[in-house]
Amino acid sequence: MDKEFIARGVRRCSTPKFLLWILPWIGLAAFGLYAAGLCLVKGLNQTNMDNRFAFGLWIFLDLAVIALGAGAFFTGFLLYILKLDALKQVINSAVVIGLVCYSGAMCVLAVDVGQPLRAWFTFWYPNVHSMLTEVTFCISCYLTVLLVEYVPILLRNRKLRQVPSFLVFEFELHKLIYVLAGVGTFLSFFHQGSLGGLYGVLRGRPFAFREGLAVWPSTFFLFILSAAAVGPSFVLLTTWLVEKITRKRLVEARVLELLGRISGLLLAVYVLAKSLDTLVWINRTSPETGFPAAQYYAWKPFGTWILLAEIVLFGLVPALILLTPRLRARRAWLVPAAAMACAGVALNRFVMTIQTLAVPTLSFDRYLSYTPSWQEVGTFLAVAAYGVLVYSFSFRYLQIFPAERELRFEAEQAEELPVAAGRN
Amino acid sequence: MISQKNPVKIARYGMTIDIDRCNGCGACMVACAVENNIPPAHAGASDRKGITWIRVFKVDNGAEYPAKRSVFIPVLCQQCDHDTPCVHVCPQQAVDLDPATGVVGQMPERCLGCRYCMAACPYHARYFNWWDPEWPAGMEKTLNPDVAPRMRGVVEKCNFCHGRWHAARESAAAAGKPNTEPVTYTPACVEACPTGAIQFGDLKDPASAPAQAAQKPEAFRLLEKLGTEPKIYYRSKREWVRGIASAPKAGARKEPARG
Repeated sequence: MDKEFIARGVRRCSTPKFLLWILPWIGLAAFGLYAAGLCLVKGLNQTNMDNRFAFGLWIFLDLAVIALGAGAFFTGFLLYILKLDALKQVINSAVVIGLVCYSGAMCVLAVDVGQPLRAWFTFWYPNVHSMLTEVTFCISCYLTVLLVEYVPILLRNRKLRQVPSFLVFEFELHKLIYVLAGVGTFLSFFHQGSLGGLYGVLRGRPFAFREGLAVWPSTFFLFILSAAAVGPSFVLLTTWLVEKITRKRLVEARVLELLGRISGLLLAVYVLAKSLDTLVWINRTSPETGFPAAQYYAWKPFGTWILLAEIVLFGLVPALILLTPRLRARRAWLVPAAAMACAGVALNRFVMTIQTLAVPTLSFDRYLSYTPSWQEVGTFLAVAAYGVLVYSFSFRYLQIFPAERELRFEAEQAEELPVAAGRN
Repeated sequence: MISQKNPVKIARYGMTIDIDRCNGCGACMVACAVENNIPPAHAGASDRKGITWIRVFKVDNGAEYPAKRSVFIPVLCQQCDHDTPCVHVCPQQAVDLDPATGVVGQMPERCLGCRYCMAACPYHARYFNWWDPEWPAGMEKTLNPDVAPRMRGVVEKCNFCHGRWHAARESAAAAGKPNTEPVTYTPACVEACPTGAIQFGDLKDPASAPAQAAQKPEAFRLLEKLGTEPKIYYRSKREWVRGIASAPKAGARKEPARG
């Protein structure tokens, strides 16, 4: 039915099968939209956030998703600026992932604020001292860059290519790709950092407060580093997942290994920097504000295990696996290690958001817990469903894995050769 | 008009709260709500979703009877004077520290409702409007015409009864007093306190009651080590009470907040 929209030389499942695949995701998206609608119409009283837990599931997942979406800018940076040509095989997929992650996060943020119609105020009355202003500016600009980067991928659709002006536009736009990659890298570095800075500047929350360089707390740099480290891991993970679901070879094994190696290298640097930062925080920053760091971990369930899990189990261990060529060459090690790296960064964002707010600052205050409401969970599920849908449509109708056709051709030839040899 | 480029520190309004005098009656909370048009709590509001610009905590010394002792600590916006945590985080300048009075102001009309200021506040003295403000039929007639009610989705907090300050400012101007001189007024909570535990005035004026009380050895401020220079001073002659000003100790507090 939709064959003329599918790229030549690649195989896609039948239309009914595709519809069957997207149907549950559409259902989930509809449920999530209903939940988000309740929050928008009735207000944030639909959530389980409160005056103490001012941030909740949404901010935690937004930060995690944006970190995972960093693969878009970092892969672009490696490919177009550092000329790692092998990454051409995954760049389109990375752009789609980035677009999904950033646009999804923006949608959730629009529900999360009490007065979404005032979002433009940040541009009109910007407080230049606020990290959130920096985040808003950079994310908005970077989302625009991602949209512009997505356009050439979209215009390469078999049907759209039949329109000559689209071809010209795509060709001209592609000339800008180096500029876009540069701008995207700059914006991304800044907003990943600003997201870390959001917490690092909180002088009133000694659990999160960090010293730093000039106006930037150490979390600014740690967030950049951690996002750059897990971005490639997430691209690796999604590529592997898509290969498994579609039962197709989409990229060469060496590309996944390269992504793993880059991720491992950056993760190792991040673990080192994070460890040093933690030591400075424990021994100087936190005690100077009157808060001995040990007391943060005396409130259960957030014991020291969470710190060890973040740095060792989901930091050092995957870094070592990804840096070991023998282990990296085997999917059974490579994929779990990439998943662990992603989980580690998600855990970091959880700690920075949830633990920061749970730990009391006043001696006579209580340690508080928070469980998200179904409306909060539903809203985020809508974003997850939206992500799967955008990616599924992109995979079906656009060439997001440029090497797929060649790999299929090679695989078919390899299959034919023994048959031919047998005939002879 | 006071120049914004070269702000003059005309006054530093502050408060002292004598913990030894506070009996936890909550009159300050009620007076504050009435003065500042804080609506009655919504039926679905919990202890953590309600709005009260001043909140009275019940705190004990952790000992068992008969050594157990309790005090009441009213906590409101501490009007931080240095590196004010909520001011520099607000993305759209909806929070400001008035250079002339030292009062940390909140502009609900500009607030996005991102709640970053609430996360930044170490005293948990900021409140979000989780519901539309609603008053029972007839009660809207009791609203204070000098204070605008806030809408759903914005943050609010104590502003040392800005409406009263404004009225005092206007009276002073009518009397021909220059605006470079501080005005004297009394916030609602101070007025309502039956034991006179709360004193309010200009901390820059050495003759003012809070300025003098703040100098006494039994005066202390909450979380002073954070370096935010709060302008609310607490007082107690009891050492264990002064000890609660510092950081919490894990597991030490089980008592729920009151109010």
